[in-house]
Amino acid sequence: MSVSAEGVTWRIGRRAIVDGVSIDVRPGETLGLLGPNGSGKTSLLRLLAGLRQPHAGRITIGGMDLRTTERRVIAKRVAFVEQHAATNASLKVIDVVKLGRFPHRSLFSGWSIDDQNAVEAALEKTGIAGMRDALWQTLSGGEKQRVHIARALAQTPMELFLDEPTNHLDVHHQISLLRLVSELPVTSIIALHDLNHAAMFCDRLIVMKAGKIATAGSPEEVLTENLLREVFSVEARIEPSRHHARLHVHYLL
Amino acid sequence: MIPARSAVWRVGLVAAAVLVSLSMVALVIGFSVGVGDLPIPLSTTFSALTNRLGWTAIELEPIHEAVIWDYRLSRSLVAAFCGAGLALSGAIMQSLLRNPLAEPYVLGISAGASTGAVAIFILGVGTGAVSLSVGAFAGAFGAFLFVALLSNGTRGGADRTILAGVAASQLFNAATSYIVTTSGNAQQARDVMFWLLGSFGGVRWPELALVASVIGFGLVACLIYARNLDAFAFGDEAAAALGLNVGKVRLQLFALTALMTATIVSMVGSIGFVGLVVPHAVRFFIGPLHIRLLPASSVAGAVFMVLADIASRLLVPGQTLPVGVVTALVGVPFFSAILYRFRSPS
Repeated sequence: MSVSAEGVTWRIGRRAIVDGVSIDVRPGETLGLLGPNGSGKTSLLRLLAGLRQPHAGRITIGGMDLRTTERRVIAKRVAFVEQHAATNASLKVIDVVKLGRFPHRSLFSGWSIDDQNAVEAALEKTGIAGMRDALWQTLSGGEKQRVHIARALAQTPMELFLDEPTNHLDVHHQISLLRLVSELPVTSIIALHDLNHAAMFCDRLIVMKAGKIATAGSPEEVLTENLLREVFSVEARIEPSRHHARLHVHYLL
Repeated sequence: MIPARSAVWRVGLVAAAVLVSLSMVALVIGFSVGVGDLPIPLSTTFSALTNRLGWTAIELEPIHEAVIWDYRLSRSLVAAFCGAGLALSGAIMQSLLRNPLAEPYVLGISAGASTGAVAIFILGVGTGAVSLSVGAFAGAFGAFLFVALLSNGTRGGADRTILAGVAASQLFNAATSYIVTTSGNAQQARDVMFWLLGSFGGVRWPELALVASVIGFGLVACLIYARNLDAFAFGDEAAAALGLNVGKVRLQLFALTALMTATIVSMVGSIGFVGLVVPHAVRFFIGPLHIRLLPASSVAGAVFMVLADIASRLLVPGQTLPVGVVTALVGVPFFSAILYRFRSPS
Protein backbone atom coordinates (compact mmCIF):
# COMPACT_ATOMS: atom_id res chain seq x y z
CA MET A 1 0.00 0.00 0.00
CA SER A 2 1.11 3.52 -0.71
CA VAL A 3 -0.87 5.18 2.05
CA SER A 4 -2.46 3.28 4.88
CA ALA A 5 -4.35 4.45 7.98
CA GLU A 6 -5.74 2.25 10.74
CA GLY A 7 -8.29 3.56 13.19
CA VAL A 8 -6.88 7.10 13.11
CA THR A 9 -8.42 9.48 15.60
CA TRP A 10 -7.52 13.12 16.18
CA ARG A 11 -9.23 15.44 18.64
CA ILE A 12 -9.39 19.10 19.50
CA GLY A 13 -10.17 19.13 23.18
CA ARG A 14 -12.70 16.33 23.65
CA ARG A 15 -14.21 16.63 20.21
CA ALA A 16 -13.05 14.02 17.70
CA ILE A 17 -12.38 15.82 14.42
CA VAL A 18 -11.16 12.63 12.77
CA ASP A 19 -12.80 9.60 14.35
CA GLY A 20 -11.44 6.10 13.79
CA VAL A 21 -10.67 6.47 10.09
CA SER A 22 -9.11 3.56 8.21
CA ILE A 23 -8.09 3.79 4.58
CA ASP A 24 -5.80 1.99 2.17
CA VAL A 25 -4.63 3.70 -1.00
CA ARG A 26 -2.86 1.78 -3.74
CA PRO A 27 0.19 3.22 -5.52
CA GLY A 28 -0.77 5.51 -8.37
CA GLU A 29 -4.39 5.75 -7.30
CA THR A 30 -6.29 9.07 -7.34
CA LEU A 31 -8.49 9.18 -4.27
CA GLY A 32 -11.15 11.85 -3.85
CA LEU A 33 -12.02 12.99 -0.35
CA LEU A 34 -15.58 14.32 -0.18
CA GLY A 35 -17.74 15.60 2.61
CA PRO A 36 -19.51 18.70 3.87
CA ASN A 37 -17.64 21.58 5.51
CA GLY A 38 -16.22 20.56 8.86
CA SER A 39 -16.41 16.84 8.14
CA GLY A 40 -12.69 16.40 8.80
CA LYS A 41 -11.23 16.30 5.28
CA THR A 42 -8.48 18.85 5.90
CA SER A 43 -7.58 17.35 9.27
CA LEU A 44 -7.34 13.87 7.74
CA LEU A 45 -5.04 15.18 4.98
CA ARG A 46 -2.82 16.85 7.58
CA LEU A 47 -2.65 13.62 9.57
CA LEU A 48 -1.76 11.62 6.46
CA ALA A 49 0.95 14.14 5.58
CA GLY A 50 2.41 13.75 9.06
CA LEU A 51 1.70 17.36 10.01
CA ARG A 52 -0.39 16.26 13.00
CA GLN A 53 0.12 13.29 15.27
CA PRO A 54 -3.01 11.14 15.67
CA HIS A 55 -4.23 10.56 19.23
CA ALA A 56 -4.99 6.98 18.29
CA GLY A 57 -4.31 4.75 15.33
CA ARG A 58 -1.42 4.33 12.96
CA ILE A 59 -0.49 5.78 9.58
CA THR A 60 2.08 4.31 7.22
CA ILE A 61 3.33 5.72 3.94
CA GLY A 62 5.19 3.29 1.71
CA GLY A 63 5.51 1.07 4.77
CA MET A 64 7.09 3.82 6.94
CA ASP A 65 5.31 4.49 10.22
CA LEU A 66 4.82 8.27 10.31
CA ARG A 67 5.17 8.36 14.09
CA THR A 68 8.76 7.15 13.96
CA THR A 69 9.88 8.71 10.67
CA GLU A 70 11.81 11.95 10.49
CA ARG A 71 10.00 14.91 8.95
CA ARG A 72 12.57 15.34 6.21
CA VAL A 73 12.34 11.68 5.16
CA ILE A 74 8.57 12.03 4.88
CA ALA A 75 8.88 15.26 2.88
CA LYS A 76 11.11 13.54 0.33
CA ARG A 77 8.15 11.50 -0.87
CA VAL A 78 5.03 13.28 0.41
CA ALA A 79 4.01 16.71 -0.91
CA PHE A 80 1.12 18.66 0.55
CA VAL A 81 -0.70 21.59 -1.01
CA GLU A 82 -2.52 23.59 1.62
CA GLN A 83 -5.75 25.43 1.05
CA HIS A 84 -4.54 28.89 1.98
CA ALA A 85 -0.80 29.45 1.96
CA ALA A 86 0.27 33.05 1.56
CA THR A 87 3.43 35.00 2.19
CA ASN A 88 4.35 38.64 2.60
CA ALA A 89 7.84 38.03 1.23
CA SER A 90 8.28 39.32 -2.32
CA LEU A 91 9.46 35.98 -3.66
CA LYS A 92 9.67 35.16 -7.34
CA VAL A 93 7.72 32.23 -8.74
CA ILE A 94 10.97 30.36 -9.35
CA ASP A 95 12.03 30.86 -5.71
CA VAL A 96 8.75 29.37 -4.49
CA VAL A 97 9.02 26.36 -6.79
CA LYS A 98 12.63 25.86 -5.72
CA LEU A 99 11.40 25.51 -2.12
CA GLY A 100 10.14 22.11 -3.22
CA ARG A 101 13.73 20.90 -3.37
CA PHE A 102 14.28 21.75 0.30
CA PRO A 103 13.87 18.20 1.68
CA HIS A 104 16.22 16.80 -0.97
CA ARG A 105 19.12 19.13 -0.21
CA SER A 106 21.47 18.67 2.70
CA LEU A 107 22.75 21.61 4.72
CA PHE A 108 25.75 22.32 2.52
CA SER A 109 24.81 20.81 -0.83
CA GLY A 110 24.67 23.14 -3.78
CA TRP A 111 22.00 23.36 -6.43
CA SER A 112 22.29 20.11 -8.41
CA ILE A 113 21.25 19.13 -11.93
CA ASP A 114 18.56 16.91 -10.39
CA ASP A 115 17.18 19.91 -8.50
CA GLN A 116 17.19 22.00 -11.64
CA ASN A 117 15.50 19.28 -13.71
CA ALA A 118 12.79 18.73 -11.10
CA VAL A 119 12.02 22.44 -10.95
CA GLU A 120 11.94 22.85 -14.75
CA ALA A 121 9.67 19.81 -15.13
CA ALA A 122 7.31 21.17 -12.46
CA LEU A 123 7.16 24.58 -14.16
CA GLU A 124 6.42 22.94 -17.51
CA LYS A 125 3.73 20.58 -16.21
CA THR A 126 1.83 23.35 -14.45
CA GLY A 127 2.21 25.73 -17.38
CA ILE A 128 3.91 28.49 -15.44
CA ALA A 129 7.36 28.40 -17.04
CA GLY A 130 6.63 31.76 -18.65
CA MET A 131 6.08 33.53 -15.33
CA ARG A 132 9.14 32.22 -13.48
CA ASP A 133 10.38 35.72 -12.64
CA ALA A 134 6.99 37.16 -11.68
CA LEU A 135 6.64 38.27 -8.07
CA TRP A 136 4.27 36.30 -5.83
CA GLN A 137 2.25 39.40 -4.90
CA THR A 138 1.46 40.13 -8.56
CA LEU A 139 -0.14 36.72 -9.22
CA SER A 140 -3.84 36.00 -9.36
CA GLY A 141 -5.37 33.47 -6.98
CA GLY A 142 -5.35 30.80 -9.67
CA GLU A 143 -1.73 31.46 -10.58
CA LYS A 144 -0.70 31.24 -6.93
CA GLN A 145 -2.42 27.87 -6.69
CA ARG A 146 -0.55 26.60 -9.74
CA VAL A 147 2.73 27.80 -8.27
CA HIS A 148 1.97 25.85 -5.10
CA ILE A 149 1.29 22.76 -7.16
CA ALA A 150 4.51 23.29 -9.09
CA ARG A 151 6.34 23.56 -5.75
CA ALA A 152 4.74 20.28 -4.67
CA LEU A 153 5.73 18.60 -7.96
CA ALA A 154 9.30 19.88 -7.58
CA GLN A 155 9.40 17.79 -4.42
CA THR A 156 9.16 14.82 -6.85
CA PRO A 157 6.66 13.16 -4.52
CA MET A 158 5.33 9.61 -4.62
CA GLU A 159 2.29 10.78 -2.66
CA LEU A 160 0.58 14.09 -3.35
CA PHE A 161 -2.09 15.46 -1.00
CA LEU A 162 -4.15 18.43 -2.12
CA ASP A 163 -6.65 20.32 0.00
CA GLU A 164 -9.36 21.73 -2.28
CA PRO A 165 -6.84 22.65 -4.97
CA THR A 166 -9.43 23.97 -7.43
CA ASN A 167 -10.82 26.58 -5.04
CA HIS A 168 -9.53 29.73 -6.68
CA LEU A 169 -9.35 28.47 -10.23
CA ASP A 170 -11.50 29.23 -13.25
CA VAL A 171 -13.21 26.31 -14.96
CA HIS A 172 -10.46 25.78 -17.50
CA HIS A 173 -7.75 25.64 -14.85
CA GLN A 174 -9.89 23.46 -12.56
CA ILE A 175 -10.21 20.83 -15.27
CA SER A 176 -6.61 21.02 -16.43
CA LEU A 177 -5.30 20.81 -12.89
CA LEU A 178 -7.39 17.77 -12.01
CA ARG A 179 -6.47 16.12 -15.31
CA LEU A 180 -2.79 16.82 -14.58
CA VAL A 181 -3.01 15.36 -11.07
CA SER A 182 -5.02 12.30 -12.11
CA GLU A 183 -2.55 11.51 -14.88
CA LEU A 184 0.55 11.85 -12.69
CA PRO A 185 2.16 8.52 -11.84
CA VAL A 186 1.84 9.32 -8.13
CA THR A 187 -0.66 8.43 -5.44
CA SER A 188 -2.89 11.45 -4.95
CA ILE A 189 -5.49 12.23 -2.34
CA ILE A 190 -7.59 15.27 -3.17
CA ALA A 191 -10.14 16.95 -0.95
CA LEU A 192 -12.85 18.17 -3.29
CA HIS A 193 -16.22 19.89 -3.16
CA ASP A 194 -17.29 19.44 -6.75
CA LEU A 195 -18.93 16.01 -7.01
CA ASN A 196 -18.81 16.02 -10.81
CA HIS A 197 -15.08 16.63 -10.73
CA ALA A 198 -14.77 13.79 -8.23
CA ALA A 199 -16.71 11.49 -10.58
CA MET A 200 -14.64 12.53 -13.59
CA PHE A 201 -11.12 12.39 -12.23
CA CYS A 202 -10.98 10.08 -9.21
CA ASP A 203 -10.45 6.32 -9.25
CA ARG A 204 -12.01 5.98 -5.84
CA LEU A 205 -13.94 8.19 -3.43
CA ILE A 206 -14.22 8.47 0.31
CA VAL A 207 -17.11 10.43 1.78
CA MET A 208 -16.65 11.80 5.28
CA LYS A 209 -19.29 12.91 7.73
CA ALA A 210 -18.58 14.19 11.24
CA GLY A 211 -15.05 12.79 11.25
CA LYS A 212 -16.04 9.30 10.18
CA ILE A 213 -16.04 7.61 6.80
CA ALA A 214 -19.66 7.52 5.64
CA THR A 215 -18.91 5.44 2.59
CA ALA A 216 -16.05 4.51 0.31
CA GLY A 217 -15.65 2.91 -3.09
CA SER A 218 -15.66 3.65 -6.81
CA PRO A 219 -17.54 6.79 -7.93
CA GLU A 220 -20.34 4.54 -9.23
CA GLU A 221 -20.67 2.86 -5.83
CA VAL A 222 -20.40 6.01 -3.76
CA LEU A 223 -22.31 8.68 -5.62
CA THR A 224 -25.93 7.77 -5.05
CA GLU A 225 -29.00 9.90 -4.68
CA ASN A 226 -29.46 8.54 -1.16
CA LEU A 227 -25.96 9.50 -0.10
CA LEU A 228 -26.34 13.03 -1.41
CA ARG A 229 -29.54 13.39 0.55
CA GLU A 230 -28.08 11.98 3.77
CA VAL A 231 -24.60 13.49 3.77
CA PHE A 232 -24.94 16.69 1.78
CA SER A 233 -28.68 17.36 2.31
CA VAL A 234 -29.30 17.96 -1.40
CA GLU A 235 -31.73 16.40 -3.84
CA ALA A 236 -30.07 15.23 -7.01
CA ARG A 237 -30.37 12.85 -9.91
CA ILE A 238 -27.29 10.91 -10.90
CA GLU A 239 -26.79 9.23 -14.26
CA PRO A 240 -23.96 8.27 -16.59
CA SER A 241 -23.00 11.23 -18.71
CA ARG A 242 -23.96 11.15 -22.36
CA HIS A 243 -20.62 12.79 -23.21
CA HIS A 244 -18.19 10.71 -21.17
CA ALA A 245 -18.43 7.39 -19.43
CA ARG A 246 -18.39 8.87 -15.94
CA LEU A 247 -21.33 9.73 -13.70
CA HIS A 248 -22.94 13.15 -13.76
CA VAL A 249 -24.76 14.75 -10.86
CA HIS A 250 -27.75 16.96 -11.63
CA TYR A 251 -28.80 19.04 -8.65
CA LEU A 252 -32.55 19.61 -8.48
CA LEU A 253 -34.07 23.03 -8.08
CA MET B 1 16.95 25.05 -19.44
CA ILE B 2 19.26 27.53 -17.78
CA PRO B 3 22.79 26.26 -17.31
CA ALA B 4 23.96 26.43 -13.71
CA ARG B 5 26.43 29.22 -13.13
CA SER B 6 29.91 27.81 -12.94
CA ALA B 7 31.26 27.25 -9.45
CA VAL B 8 34.37 29.40 -10.03
CA TRP B 9 32.29 32.34 -11.21
CA ARG B 10 30.07 31.95 -8.14
CA VAL B 11 32.95 31.86 -5.68
CA GLY B 12 34.43 34.92 -7.36
CA LEU B 13 31.17 36.81 -7.07
CA VAL B 14 30.79 35.94 -3.39
CA ALA B 15 34.40 36.92 -2.70
CA ALA B 16 33.89 40.26 -4.45
CA ALA B 17 30.72 40.94 -2.45
CA VAL B 18 32.49 40.14 0.82
CA LEU B 19 35.44 42.33 -0.12
CA VAL B 20 33.26 45.31 -1.07
CA SER B 21 31.20 44.90 2.11
CA LEU B 22 34.21 44.73 4.40
CA SER B 23 35.79 47.75 2.68
CA MET B 24 32.61 49.72 3.23
CA VAL B 25 32.55 48.85 6.92
CA ALA B 26 36.27 49.61 7.22
CA LEU B 27 35.78 52.98 5.54
CA VAL B 28 33.00 54.17 7.85
CA ILE B 29 34.95 52.92 10.86
CA GLY B 30 37.94 54.90 9.58
CA PHE B 31 35.78 58.04 9.43
CA SER B 32 34.27 57.29 12.82
CA VAL B 33 37.72 57.06 14.40
CA GLY B 34 38.51 60.52 13.02
CA VAL B 35 35.45 62.22 14.51
CA GLY B 36 35.50 63.86 17.93
CA ASP B 37 36.97 66.68 20.02
CA LEU B 38 40.31 65.74 18.52
CA PRO B 39 39.84 65.24 14.75
CA ILE B 40 42.13 62.62 13.28
CA PRO B 41 42.65 62.34 9.50
CA LEU B 42 41.85 59.03 7.83
CA SER B 43 45.48 58.67 6.70
CA THR B 44 46.69 58.86 10.30
CA THR B 45 44.25 56.13 11.34
CA PHE B 46 45.43 53.99 8.45
CA SER B 47 49.09 54.56 9.37
CA ALA B 48 48.40 53.75 13.01
CA LEU B 49 46.88 50.48 11.89
CA THR B 50 49.75 49.51 9.58
CA ASN B 51 52.25 50.54 12.28
CA ARG B 52 50.55 48.25 14.79
CA LEU B 53 50.58 45.41 12.28
CA GLY B 54 54.31 45.98 11.85
CA TRP B 55 54.02 46.76 8.13
CA THR B 56 55.14 50.38 8.49
CA ALA B 57 57.00 52.55 10.99
CA ILE B 58 55.50 55.98 10.34
CA GLU B 59 56.10 58.69 12.94
CA LEU B 60 52.72 59.71 14.44
CA GLU B 61 51.67 61.99 17.26
CA PRO B 62 51.41 59.87 20.45
CA ILE B 63 48.13 61.56 21.41
CA HIS B 64 46.59 60.48 18.11
CA GLU B 65 47.73 56.91 18.54
CA ALA B 66 46.48 56.84 22.11
CA VAL B 67 43.04 58.17 21.17
CA ILE B 68 42.76 55.71 18.29
CA TRP B 69 43.84 52.64 20.21
CA ASP B 70 42.47 53.39 23.67
CA TYR B 71 39.10 54.89 22.75
CA ARG B 72 37.79 55.27 19.28
CA LEU B 73 38.73 52.16 17.34
CA SER B 74 37.28 49.74 19.86
CA ARG B 75 34.18 51.90 20.17
CA SER B 76 33.62 51.99 16.42
CA LEU B 77 34.20 48.26 16.05
CA VAL B 78 31.73 47.54 18.86
CA ALA B 79 29.23 49.81 17.12
CA ALA B 80 29.72 47.88 13.88
CA PHE B 81 29.21 44.49 15.54
CA CYS B 82 26.17 45.71 17.47
CA GLY B 83 24.61 47.11 14.30
CA ALA B 84 25.32 43.86 12.47
CA GLY B 85 23.88 41.76 15.30
CA LEU B 86 20.71 43.83 15.65
CA ALA B 87 20.00 43.89 11.91
CA LEU B 88 20.67 40.16 11.68
CA SER B 89 18.38 39.41 14.64
CA GLY B 90 15.71 41.67 13.18
CA ALA B 91 15.82 39.94 9.80
CA ILE B 92 15.47 36.54 11.47
CA MET B 93 12.60 37.67 13.69
CA GLN B 94 10.71 39.14 10.75
CA SER B 95 11.01 35.89 8.81
CA LEU B 96 10.36 33.57 11.72
CA LEU B 97 7.32 35.49 12.96
CA ARG B 98 6.23 36.42 9.41
CA ASN B 99 5.55 39.90 10.64
CA PRO B 100 7.10 43.02 9.09
CA LEU B 101 6.94 44.80 12.46
CA ALA B 102 9.00 42.15 14.25
CA GLU B 103 12.37 43.29 15.58
CA PRO B 104 15.01 41.99 18.00
CA TYR B 105 13.15 43.27 21.07
CA VAL B 106 9.79 41.74 20.16
CA LEU B 107 10.35 38.89 22.60
CA GLY B 108 10.65 41.26 25.54
CA ILE B 109 14.44 41.19 25.61
CA SER B 110 15.02 44.91 26.10
CA ALA B 111 12.30 45.12 28.74
CA GLY B 112 13.89 42.19 30.58
CA ALA B 113 17.31 43.80 30.27
CA SER B 114 16.08 47.05 31.80
CA THR B 115 14.49 45.19 34.73
CA GLY B 116 17.70 43.26 35.31
CA ALA B 117 19.89 46.35 35.11
CA VAL B 118 17.64 48.42 37.36
CA ALA B 119 17.36 45.61 39.89
CA ILE B 120 21.12 45.23 40.10
CA PHE B 121 21.53 48.97 40.41
CA ILE B 122 18.93 49.48 43.09
CA LEU B 123 19.65 46.31 45.03
CA GLY B 124 23.28 47.34 44.92
CA VAL B 125 24.72 43.97 44.05
CA GLY B 126 28.28 44.56 42.92
CA THR B 127 29.36 47.85 41.43
CA GLY B 128 29.94 49.51 38.10
CA ALA B 129 29.06 48.79 34.53
CA VAL B 130 30.11 45.13 34.62
CA SER B 131 27.49 44.05 37.14
CA LEU B 132 24.96 46.26 35.36
CA SER B 133 25.67 44.30 32.20
CA VAL B 134 25.39 40.99 34.01
CA GLY B 135 22.03 42.07 35.43
CA ALA B 136 20.82 43.25 32.04
CA PHE B 137 21.90 39.99 30.41
CA ALA B 138 20.19 37.92 33.10
CA GLY B 139 17.01 39.98 32.77
CA ALA B 140 17.05 39.71 28.98
CA PHE B 141 17.44 35.97 29.07
CA GLY B 142 14.82 35.69 31.79
CA ALA B 143 12.36 37.48 29.52
CA PHE B 144 13.28 35.21 26.64
CA LEU B 145 12.72 32.07 28.74
CA PHE B 146 9.39 33.48 29.88
CA VAL B 147 8.30 33.98 26.27
CA ALA B 148 9.68 30.63 25.12
CA LEU B 149 7.81 28.79 27.85
CA LEU B 150 4.62 30.78 27.40
CA SER B 151 4.46 30.46 23.62
CA ASN B 152 5.51 26.83 23.55
CA GLY B 153 3.10 26.01 26.35
CA THR B 154 0.32 27.31 24.13
CA ARG B 155 1.72 25.33 21.17
CA GLY B 156 3.82 27.89 19.33
CA GLY B 157 2.55 29.77 16.30
CA ALA B 158 3.86 33.17 15.25
CA ASP B 159 0.91 35.19 16.55
CA ARG B 160 1.04 33.52 19.95
CA THR B 161 4.77 34.12 20.18
CA ILE B 162 4.26 37.81 19.46
CA LEU B 163 1.50 37.99 22.07
CA ALA B 164 3.72 36.25 24.59
CA GLY B 165 6.45 38.78 23.75
CA VAL B 166 4.06 41.68 24.28
CA ALA B 167 2.99 40.18 27.60
CA ALA B 168 6.63 39.77 28.66
CA SER B 169 7.46 43.37 27.65
CA GLN B 170 4.53 44.71 29.64
CA LEU B 171 5.41 42.58 32.64
CA PHE B 172 9.07 43.55 32.73
CA ASN B 173 8.39 47.22 31.99
CA ALA B 174 5.97 47.23 34.89
CA ALA B 175 8.56 45.53 37.08
CA THR B 176 11.12 48.17 36.09
CA SER B 177 8.72 51.00 36.88
CA TYR B 178 7.86 49.36 40.17
CA ILE B 179 11.49 49.12 41.22
CA VAL B 180 12.19 52.68 40.08
CA THR B 181 9.20 54.24 41.84
CA THR B 182 9.57 52.32 45.08
CA SER B 183 13.32 52.79 45.37
CA GLY B 184 14.61 55.65 47.47
CA ASN B 185 17.19 56.55 44.89
CA ALA B 186 15.32 57.93 41.91
CA GLN B 187 18.38 59.67 40.46
CA GLN B 188 20.27 56.40 40.18
CA ALA B 189 17.28 54.78 38.53
CA ARG B 190 17.13 57.59 35.99
CA ASP B 191 20.81 57.04 35.27
CA VAL B 192 20.06 53.43 34.47
CA MET B 193 17.20 54.35 32.18
CA PHE B 194 19.50 56.78 30.37
CA TRP B 195 22.14 54.07 30.06
CA LEU B 196 19.52 51.79 28.50
CA LEU B 197 18.77 54.39 25.79
CA GLY B 198 22.01 53.28 24.26
CA SER B 199 25.54 54.52 24.27
CA PHE B 200 28.89 53.33 23.01
CA GLY B 201 30.70 55.44 25.58
CA GLY B 202 32.96 53.35 27.74
CA VAL B 203 33.19 50.26 25.56
CA ARG B 204 36.76 49.07 25.05
CA TRP B 205 38.62 46.01 23.77
CA PRO B 206 37.23 43.43 26.25
CA GLU B 207 33.69 44.38 25.21
CA LEU B 208 34.73 44.12 21.58
CA ALA B 209 36.13 40.63 22.13
CA LEU B 210 32.84 39.52 23.66
CA VAL B 211 30.49 41.09 21.14
CA ALA B 212 32.66 40.06 18.18
CA SER B 213 32.69 36.42 19.22
CA VAL B 214 28.95 36.29 19.95
CA ILE B 215 27.91 38.08 16.75
CA GLY B 216 30.49 36.21 14.68
CA PHE B 217 29.18 32.91 15.97
CA GLY B 218 25.62 34.11 15.43
CA LEU B 219 26.25 35.10 11.82
CA VAL B 220 27.86 31.78 10.92
CA ALA B 221 25.08 29.82 12.64
CA CYS B 222 22.40 31.92 10.93
CA LEU B 223 23.96 31.37 7.51
CA ILE B 224 23.73 27.63 8.13
CA TYR B 225 20.04 28.17 8.89
CA ALA B 226 19.45 30.45 5.88
CA ARG B 227 17.67 27.86 3.73
CA ASN B 228 15.48 26.81 6.67
CA LEU B 229 14.35 30.41 7.04
CA ASP B 230 13.34 30.47 3.36
CA ALA B 231 11.14 27.46 4.05
CA PHE B 232 9.18 29.52 6.59
CA ALA B 233 7.96 31.90 3.85
CA PHE B 234 4.52 30.27 3.66
CA GLY B 235 4.11 29.62 7.35
CA ASP B 236 4.79 26.89 9.87
CA GLU B 237 2.58 24.30 8.24
CA ALA B 238 4.20 24.73 4.83
CA ALA B 239 7.65 24.60 6.42
CA ALA B 240 6.73 21.37 8.21
CA ALA B 241 5.39 19.92 4.96
CA LEU B 242 8.79 20.64 3.40
CA GLY B 243 10.41 18.49 6.06
CA LEU B 244 11.44 21.10 8.60
CA ASN B 245 11.24 20.35 12.29
CA VAL B 246 9.50 23.65 12.90
CA GLY B 247 9.40 23.67 16.69
CA LYS B 248 13.07 22.80 17.06
CA VAL B 249 14.40 25.17 14.39
CA ARG B 250 12.24 28.01 15.67
CA LEU B 251 13.43 27.57 19.25
CA GLN B 252 17.07 27.34 18.18
CA LEU B 253 16.80 30.51 16.12
CA PHE B 254 14.95 32.36 18.88
CA ALA B 255 17.66 31.34 21.33
CA LEU B 256 20.37 32.46 18.92
CA THR B 257 18.82 35.90 18.36
CA ALA B 258 18.12 36.20 22.09
CA LEU B 259 21.79 35.49 22.82
CA MET B 260 22.96 38.12 20.32
CA THR B 261 20.38 40.72 21.37
CA ALA B 262 20.89 40.18 25.09
CA THR B 263 24.66 40.54 24.67
CA ILE B 264 24.21 43.79 22.77
CA VAL B 265 21.57 45.26 25.08
CA SER B 266 23.53 44.45 28.20
CA MET B 267 26.59 46.14 26.70
CA VAL B 268 25.28 49.27 24.99
CA GLY B 269 21.59 49.50 25.95
CA SER B 270 18.54 48.89 23.80
CA ILE B 271 19.23 50.77 20.59
CA GLY B 272 16.05 50.82 18.55
CA PHE B 273 15.13 50.87 14.88
CA VAL B 274 18.30 49.26 13.47
CA GLY B 275 16.80 45.80 13.83
CA LEU B 276 13.46 46.90 12.45
CA VAL B 277 14.41 49.11 9.54
CA VAL B 278 17.68 47.79 8.13
CA PRO B 279 16.36 44.34 7.06
CA HIS B 280 13.44 46.01 5.26
CA ALA B 281 15.79 48.36 3.44
CA VAL B 282 18.05 45.49 2.43
CA ARG B 283 15.10 43.45 1.08
CA PHE B 284 14.37 46.27 -1.38
CA PHE B 285 17.75 45.78 -2.97
CA ILE B 286 18.48 42.07 -2.82
CA GLY B 287 15.13 40.35 -2.23
CA PRO B 288 13.93 38.01 0.51
CA LEU B 289 16.23 34.96 0.10
CA HIS B 290 18.11 34.56 3.35
CA ILE B 291 21.45 33.38 2.08
CA ARG B 292 21.88 36.93 0.75
CA LEU B 293 19.56 38.81 3.11
CA LEU B 294 21.31 37.79 6.33
CA PRO B 295 24.90 38.76 5.45
CA ALA B 296 23.73 41.90 3.61
CA SER B 297 21.62 42.97 6.62
CA SER B 298 24.61 42.46 8.88
CA VAL B 299 26.81 44.66 6.72
CA ALA B 300 24.14 47.33 6.30
CA GLY B 301 23.42 47.25 10.04
CA ALA B 302 27.11 47.67 10.83
CA VAL B 303 27.47 50.64 8.47
CA PHE B 304 24.24 52.26 9.70
CA MET B 305 25.22 51.92 13.35
CA VAL B 306 28.70 53.36 12.85
CA LEU B 307 27.17 56.28 10.95
CA ALA B 308 24.61 56.76 13.73
CA ASP B 309 27.44 56.78 16.26
CA ILE B 310 29.24 59.45 14.21
CA ALA B 311 26.03 61.50 14.02
CA SER B 312 25.49 61.15 17.77
CA ARG B 313 28.83 62.85 18.34
CA LEU B 314 28.37 65.57 15.69
CA LEU B 315 24.71 66.64 15.91
CA VAL B 316 25.04 68.67 19.09
CA PRO B 317 28.50 70.27 19.39
CA GLY B 318 30.25 69.39 22.62
CA GLN B 319 27.71 66.76 23.58
CA THR B 320 27.16 63.10 22.71
CA LEU B 321 23.54 62.11 22.15
CA PRO B 322 22.37 58.62 23.11
CA VAL B 323 22.84 56.61 19.93
CA GLY B 324 19.35 55.13 20.36
CA VAL B 325 17.98 58.65 19.89
CA VAL B 326 19.91 59.10 16.66
CA THR B 327 18.89 55.74 15.15
CA ALA B 328 15.26 56.58 15.86
CA LEU B 329 15.64 60.08 14.42
CA VAL B 330 16.96 58.58 11.20
CA GLY B 331 14.85 55.44 11.50
CA VAL B 332 11.41 56.97 11.79
CA PRO B 333 11.47 58.95 8.53
CA PHE B 334 12.93 55.91 6.82
CA PHE B 335 10.26 53.66 8.24
CA SER B 336 7.59 56.13 7.17
CA ALA B 337 8.94 55.94 3.65
CA ILE B 338 8.66 52.13 3.73
CA LEU B 339 5.09 52.33 4.99
CA TYR B 340 4.33 54.77 2.17
CA ARG B 341 6.00 52.49 -0.36
CA PHE B 342 3.86 49.54 0.82
CA ARG B 343 0.62 51.54 1.00
CA SER B 344 -2.32 49.49 -0.19
CA PRO B 345 -3.36 50.37 -3.73
CA SER B 346 -6.55 52.39 -3.75
